[in-house]
Amino acid sequence: MAFVSSGYNPDKPMEDRITDIGPRNYEEFYPPVIKKNKGKWLYHEILEPGVLVHVSESGDEVYTVRVGTGRIMSVTHIREICEIADKYCDGYVRWTTRNNVEFMTDSKDKLQPLLDDLKGRKFDGGSLKFPIGGTGAGITNIIHTQGWIHCHTPATDASGTVKATLDEVFEDFQNMRLPAHLRISMACCLNMCGAVHCSDIAILGYHRKPPMVDHAYIDKMCEIPLAIAACPTAAIKPKKVELEDGTTVNSVEVNQSRCMFCGNCYTMCPALPLADKEGDGLVLMVGGKVSNRISAPKFSKVVVAFIPNETPRWPTLTQTIKKIVEAYANDARKYERLGEWAERIGWERFFEKCDLEFTHHLIDDFRDPAYYTWRQTTNFKF
Amino acid sequence: MAKHETPLLDQLESGPWPSFVSDMKQEADARAKNEKNIEYQVAQDNIEDLLGVLELSYNDCTTHWKHGGIVGVFGYGGGVIGRYCDQPEKFPGVAHFHTLRVNQPSGHFYTTDYLKKLCDLWEFRGSGMTNMHGSTGDIIFLGTTTPQLEEVFYEMTHKLDQDLGGSGSNLRTPSDCIGEARCEFACYDTQDLCTHLTMEYQDELHRPAFPYKFKFKFDGCPNCCVASIARADLSFIGTWRDEIQIDQEAVQAYVNGEIKPNGGAHAGRDWGPFDIQKEVIDLCPTGCMKYENGKLEINNKECTRCMHCINVMPRALRPGKDKGCSILAGAKAPILDGAQMSSMLVPFIKVNKENEYAEIKELIENIWDWWMEEGKNRERLGELMKRQGFQKLLEVTGLDPDPRMVQEPRHNPYIFWKEEEVPGGWDRDINEFRKHHQR
Ligand code: HEM
Ligand code: HEM
Ligand code: HEM
Ligand code: SF4
Ligand code: SF4
Ligand code: SF4
Ligand code: SF4
Repeated sequence: MAFVSSGYNPDKPMEDRITDIGPRNYEEFYPPVIKKNKGKWLYHEILEPGVLVHVSESGDEVYTVRVGTGRIMSVTHIREICEIADKYCDGYVRWTTRNNVEFMTDSKDKLQPLLDDLKGRKFDGGSLKFPIGGTGAGITNIIHTQGWIHCHTPATDASGTVKATLDEVFEDFQNMRLPAHLRISMACCLNMCGAVHCSDIAILGYHRKPPMVDHAYIDKMCEIPLAIAACPTAAIKPKKVELEDGTTVNSVEVNQSRCMFCGNCYTMCPALPLADKEGDGLVLMVGGKVSNRISAPKFSKVVVAFIPNETPRWPTLTQTIKKIVEAYANDARKYERLGEWAERIGWERFFEKCDLEFTHHLIDDFRDPAYYTWRQTTNFKF
Repeated sequence: MAKHETPLLDQLESGPWPSFVSDMKQEADARAKNEKNIEYQVAQDNIEDLLGVLELSYNDCTTHWKHGGIVGVFGYGGGVIGRYCDQPEKFPGVAHFHTLRVNQPSGHFYTTDYLKKLCDLWEFRGSGMTNMHGSTGDIIFLGTTTPQLEEVFYEMTHKLDQDLGGSGSNLRTPSDCIGEARCEFACYDTQDLCTHLTMEYQDELHRPAFPYKFKFKFDGCPNCCVASIARADLSFIGTWRDEIQIDQEAVQAYVNGEIKPNGGAHAGRDWGPFDIQKEVIDLCPTGCMKYENGKLEINNKECTRCMHCINVMPRALRPGKDKGCSILAGAKAPILDGAQMSSMLVPFIKVNKENEYAEIKELIENIWDWWMEEGKNRERLGELMKRQGFQKLLEVTGLDPDPRMVQEPRHNPYIFWKEEEVPGGWDRDINEFRKHHQR
């Protein structure tokens, strides 16, 4: 494995350097039918789950086939997507916000062969490579984060919980029987790279043990004042500690009862690890949305305080989600998002219908916003 | 024969949803076979080791990645995230496994020609694994070694005409919904505004000079498909201020069941025949619609443009013609002080391509000046807004107060009057006062 230079000269990093050129311009990548009809689309229709047609005022049509992906993606898999796009879509393809791939073609004739081809492709392990769906009043792909595959603060895995969940609710990726869109998101710690705080259902990794302090190393590895400043609850104080060998070192003390397990200190200072097999697990939140349709965007609310990490398939998590989806599907009105349904029937009824236990953990006690979640009325349901 | 046994991960190969484990295995195989005789610049078996370290995490339910080691490319403060394995002896192939964020094209459209070049580069100089895409929108290259960072960057900029995205305390890679490219609801050209601002603010994107991260996101209409209202420090959401365009014939076609409501989005269940009264008129949150004698009427002055009726009958109703966007400010994830959504700052602004969005850029720069001056380390815009107040934001942006900015007026009368607002000012003469008020 010999080093092959790109042409970069480490002795003269500025030689021929190109910087600040930004992304490639989107215009280069539009399929011709998109370029021609941009801004002129009249309407769309979902022909079958995962298949859309958009019709332009010019009379042109574009057919789109939406397929799910695992988001973590090998170059081999991307090349296979390219091969399909070359064959049916004149070499153009796009991704959606929620990590689906969209194959577009301007002629209906190419649609059926494309669909047949996609349906036939499977990984060696048996799963579908390109499940068609993710449109309309159903469940689409799950936005998620890095997890154990690449991050230092996760309380769970991202790709694994997502795969297990999508297997469980797979039918709803491919049929549009729900009252409205149902968006699931996943973030593996409360930094929430997945921005799960406004989703119909949010899966969130959560630690439950305060950080350990690596006294012997902390002053060498970290800027202690930064770790102290990072803590949102001011749980960390400086402290001199005597090590077993008798030396005294600068370290910190964690006021454990104040810790909210956010891992901010660990992000700042690797000598404060908090990951733990029994401590870590999942929180389930529901009822958020970002669309302004009918009601204003909403935050997700915590409805299950803790679910353990049951690798590799997280059965308690996936079954709880399934239970919530079914209760919603059976009871909500057409067009009603999960959060709108819960608000209409009342959260007390939500817990009953979803067969979820209401525990003291679910009553907000974190700063200002908490008060606005308590009930300031005598109107409630028995 | 796999390098590491992965009995737990293997259980994620079954089931219908595409298995990332199977995908990783196919890439590990492809690298082992190396049919194209590639001179891999990082460990040929690094995906085997990645699977190995992940299996270890599935066993002990903790991560094996370390936070440590500042890496990057010369002259940039972002775009590369350093990553090291905490079991390097067992998994040498991923001992150093840094990530690059590659700025995606707006709208996430690609030609296969370009994608193949990206794949060739990343197979040769990296792990061959990616995220398509990161939650912010970038193409994520997962895993390479420090010496390869400059090489990847050099090839990307010289051969692919492609730059890195943002990370750290800078402008993060902006992202947008598909918008006008293929959506009839779009009220402005999201791709163009997204790209324009990305190019305009390259310096802010690559060289961290902010108190913390800053995000722009662009939604073409209030459906908010990229969730800008929840995820961006500045959310640009398309809207209009004249009348919803109505095609009465098409309304009839919906009423008569000739066109599927909601573009067919509810076709998976029998919800009974379409009932315009129940499904549109009664669900309109402002009660501003009526359907009488076969004619749909909208009192547009009362409409809040929630999109419901348009979503249900896209062939009959279209957004108005006087289009622009609303700009909202301050969304962030919960860390540190709780989640925030963006708050309405500019109810309506024209999205003006002709003058290269001059008004929008002026607003952005005024906000940045304030935040860079007053923001504490790691304080997001939304937090500064809470700390110094929305009125301060009006002051720095020169915007006039408008009831559209608030949900309701304040709940307390503790108004911090300014001296110049009170006739006669605050300098008074106590002796004059005492002439009429005994001690
Ligand atoms: C013509 C109509 C629409 C089009 C073309 C459209 C297009 C899209 C696209 C392309 C995505 C990304 C999808 C994916 O990644 O799977 C998306 C996501 C989304 N759409 Fe729409 N959409 C439409 C209508 C709506 C409506 C009616 C709503 C709400 C009632 C809605 C709410 C959303 C939401 C919440 C997301 C997910 C945003 C995210 O978290 O990524 N959209 N939409
Ligand atoms: C030494 C090697 C380090 C590595 C590999 C590293 C890696 C990372 C990564 C991957 C992120 C998240 C990505 C991002 O949001 O940009 C991050 C965020 C962060 N790191 Fe580090 N970090 C390192 C050192 C430090 C140090 C020494 C500090 C503080 C003294 C620090 C403070 C932070 C903060 C405050 C964030 C959140 C910033 C943000 O989200 O923009 N990091 N770091
Ligand atoms: C070192 C560990 C971390 C890793 C590996 C990581 C990774 C990522 C990645 C890959 C993305 C998508 C980026 C893109 O598409 O450009 C992202 C986005 C994000 N990260 Fe992180 N991150 C880390 C730490 C953090 C920290 C410390 C914070 C907060 C303090 C944070 C908050 C976020 C948020 C809010 C987003 C954006 C979500 C959105 O745009 O909707 N991350 N992170
Ligand atoms: S959500 Fe937390 S654990 Fe997951 S990738 Fe982001 S910072 Fe890492
Ligand atoms: S985990 Fe969070 S709350 Fe706990 S000590 Fe660290 S910074 Fe403070
Ligand atoms: S946000 Fe609006 S304009 Fe953009 S894709 Fe979604 S529905 Fe279309
Ligand atoms: S957009 Fe919303 S508020 Fe306006 S008329 Fe339609 S349903 Fe009513």
